[in-house]
Amino acid sequence: MIKATRRDRDTFPPYFYQGYRATILRSPRQPLLELPHTLSERTGPGPAVSALSSEDTDLTQNMAAGGEAIGERIIVTGQVLDERGAPVPNTLIEVWQANAAGRYRHRVDQHHAPLDPNFLGFGRCLTDADGVYRFVTLRPGAYPWENHENAWRPPHIHFSLFGASWISRLVTQMFFPGDPLLERDPIFNSVPTDAARERLIARYAHDITQPRFALGYRFDVVLKGSDATPFEEPDGSVR
Amino acid sequence: MMGRGLTPSQTVGPFFHGGLLREGLNVLVSPETQGERIRIEGHVYDGDRAPVPDAVVEIWQANARGRYCHPADQRPIPLDPAFVGFGRSGTDEAGYFWFETVKPGRVPFPGETLQAPHICVAVFSRGLLDGLPTRLYFEGEDANHTDPVLRRLPEDRRAALLARRLPVDGKIVYRFDVVLQGDGETVFFER
Repeated sequence: MIKATRRDRDTFPPYFYQGYRATILRSPRQPLLELPHTLSERTGPGPAVSALSSEDTDLTQNMAAGGEAIGERIIVTGQVLDERGAPVPNTLIEVWQANAAGRYRHRVDQHHAPLDPNFLGFGRCLTDADGVYRFVTLRPGAYPWENHENAWRPPHIHFSLFGASWISRLVTQMFFPGDPLLERDPIFNSVPTDAARERLIARYAHDITQPRFALGYRFDVVLKGSDATPFEEPDGSVR
Repeated sequence: MMGRGLTPSQTVGPFFHGGLLREGLNVLVSPETQGERIRIEGHVYDGDRAPVPDAVVEIWQANARGRYCHPADQRPIPLDPAFVGFGRSGTDEAGYFWFETVKPGRVPFPGETLQAPHICVAVFSRGLLDGLPTRLYFEGEDANHTDPVLRRLPEDRRAALLARRLPVDGKIVYRFDVVLQGDGETVFFER
């Protein structure tokens, strides 16, 4: 019996998801244990690591190979918030993605699609004092994978965020609105509810779109906060 | 509650290396760092005990005196300017990862007690729809017997969180394997 799943069951995917084959042998069978949030969980690497990180926010240029990356230029921006709605300032976001043809710059990517000599596909940004981040990139292509017959990943950008504490760490993916591949993607559909899946889809934002330059998308991210108080049982023990 | 729904997690997938890994992220120490040098190494295994060659392991720990480099830790214990306490290692074809760090000092538990020395660990990989947080404790540590977190675990599962000291000359090396599923499954925690 495989039952590992996070407490926030309406939001987070179960570790075992039938449609996503790689979960079969990698999902824990034991339930996750509740751990009181001690100083170890209420702290975390976010503030220190973010303070030491430099930005690298233009993925159309950061290969620095002398030419321009090919594809539909986009601006991705949004706000990082905690679950109470407070901005998470000065926090590091790491992003990576396939190029416009759907190919990653990675040795195990065997997809028969061209690498772009001017596109690296990795970047980093920091949120500002209001929790706002922004980077420029290309719309990534869809690409096939081996999960099932004729399986294709919808275009997506990987996001890794630290937030303020060990508890707030999040790795996720941003998808594009109106994509017909979304309903067929087991990774996206592992998220259990429509409401939660919606939160992974960026919105087209005409106010972000820059004339004669790039289309704009808005993607906000909401991170978990640590419990304000650890839950102690009446006998002083901690669950 | 005001505010908004949490953003769901998704897998890191198999192509994270360029985005997440950089030279030296698994070496937490420099020559100036205070404390006892230790190496932590291990393997990530799946439910068939096959190595997981495309995982990322992250660690977070206090410095040698037991102080976290974080604004939520305001205790009057000195920070070490040569130590942050965060590390990240990919796994190789054998599922192997390693860190060079220092043994962390003890940090408090709510109330009066101290926790045994430990390191927060999280594992991400293709096939993991969310990261898996766990903790590394050190085998043979007296404080393990009274540690308020270890004590709450079913007895037969505690050993999975104990890093074992390896007999290596002139170096302190601890081995900590992560078993994602099945016999000897690592204890993973809620966030």
